Amino acid sequence: MSFLLEPLQYEFMQRGMIAAVLVGIVCAVVGTYVVLRGMAFFGDALAHTILPGIAVGYLITGGARDTLFWWALGTAIIAALGIGAISKQAEIKEDTAIGIIFAGMFALGIALISTVRSYAVDLSHFLFGDVLGVSAHSLWLIIIFGGIVLFTIAAFYKEFLTLSFDPILAATLRLPVNLLNNLLLCLIAVTVAISLQTVGVALMVAMLVTPAATASLLTKRLPTMMALAAFFAASSGVIGLYLSFYLSIASGAAIVLTATSFFVLAFAWKKVRYT
Amino acid sequence: MYPHSNHQTDKPILDVREVSVRYNGRDALENISFHLHVGERIAVVGPNGAGKSTLFKVVSGVLSPNAGEVTISGSQPTAHSCIAYIPQRSQVDWNFPVSVADVVMMGRSAKLGPFNFPKKRDWDFVGHALETVELANLSKRQIGQLSGGQQQRMFIARALAQEAELMLMDEPLTGLDTPAQEGLLDLLDRLRADKVTVMVATHDLEQAAKHFDRIMLLNKKIVAFGDPESVLHSDNLLSAYGGRFRTVDGNNLVAVDDSCCDEGEHD
Repeated sequence: MSFLLEPLQYEFMQRGMIAAVLVGIVCAVVGTYVVLRGMAFFGDALAHTILPGIAVGYLITGGARDTLFWWALGTAIIAALGIGAISKQAEIKEDTAIGIIFAGMFALGIALISTVRSYAVDLSHFLFGDVLGVSAHSLWLIIIFGGIVLFTIAAFYKEFLTLSFDPILAATLRLPVNLLNNLLLCLIAVTVAISLQTVGVALMVAMLVTPAATASLLTKRLPTMMALAAFFAASSGVIGLYLSFYLSIASGAAIVLTATSFFVLAFAWKKVRYT
Repeated sequence: MYPHSNHQTDKPILDVREVSVRYNGRDALENISFHLHVGERIAVVGPNGAGKSTLFKVVSGVLSPNAGEVTISGSQPTAHSCIAYIPQRSQVDWNFPVSVADVVMMGRSAKLGPFNFPKKRDWDFVGHALETVELANLSKRQIGQLSGGQQQRMFIARALAQEAELMLMDEPLTGLDTPAQEGLLDLLDRLRADKVTVMVATHDLEQAAKHFDRIMLLNKKIVAFGDPESVLHSDNLLSAYGGRFRTVDGNNLVAVDDSCCDEGEHD
């Protein structure tokens, strides 16, 4: 028992735990649509593309963490709608266009941050997360914006479902298809912004994709898939943080590795069961 | 809250006037004009790339024509939510985590309006639609577990839940065995009572002649449009299909060497 309780004596562990669970749940629910619509590469690109925005915030505020969320949020929404618009043009293939933007913006972010002399620690926090450094202020932002994301997904549940399964049906039912598509991109953007401190930009795609993919192996109903994905993501957050505490490994990496282990187990279980 | 125009009953359910569509600089449809009356059964036949899917997209308002005009009971297609486009089975993600009843309920998304969840009335609609297509006992199945014929009937149930008055079916017979084809065509015959107008794209000229009121022979233009006897002439078929058909008997029964798979016109 003390094995489980000991880390929770520390306030930073409590806050980190709550943040990891909340971020995990939001990522998993949004990630269900990312997986079903084949948007994993978009999610990965979006996470990387916000780095220059964070870098500018970092340079302007001189490293203050609490305002970085707003820089991340603003950049993520602009980047999501921008990538969404660019991927519609026909000159270059969608994944190529996304690849060019994502690597270019990522490089710009690193270049900007590297102008600060002792940048290495801060950069690694942006890349791989720093969940144990979550402040009470950041936690409130995660609660508020995570709540907005979950509420919106619930409010437009049938619209997003219809649009994802059959876009032509959505169009013939005269649902506002473009608006809904852009709304979903914005929800992914907000999710990326609130996840920044937990897993960082480089590992973000794992939180969006892995728990949802794990759930997709185990159920054939969307609401169950969302619930299972949220369960796996929240558990990964908790287990990952304990692993991080006792094994002294980076928290973001520990969370992602736990989520990956769930996936491997589910995959193996399914293979054994159906062969 | 989502648009839904009232129908002017004195107007044809579908009126297409001088419609042309260009895709990537190539003509997909050239100067198409025709109209349909309520309750008609139309088969659209033509070779791969003839523009059958394009025509359905224009009629349903998903695609705007480069020239010409489409009206549904007197107003723009985009003002109606009563047009059902039933996709080719090859275009559907059959692993999607939804049940048969979930898919049929999607047809009610517009009627429900934003922020509303299905009520008893909507579930009754879905249940009734599933009974009509004889899938009530499979309503909780994941959609990938259905046979090809059942999958097509599920989409018809979705169109019924949508309260569709014009049903556009893209190659519903392709890949089905003969009993499943007959079952589907019988179901379409039963829907006549509901005054649903149906347009079906098909490669099967024999089924088209047997089950449909009029046949449209399409190859970018309308080659011929009328009752089966007058349309399925060697001359018409020759001009629609080029040399790719052969006559089976001395009359007008014709088999076309084209009953295949993926159409080049899909994007």
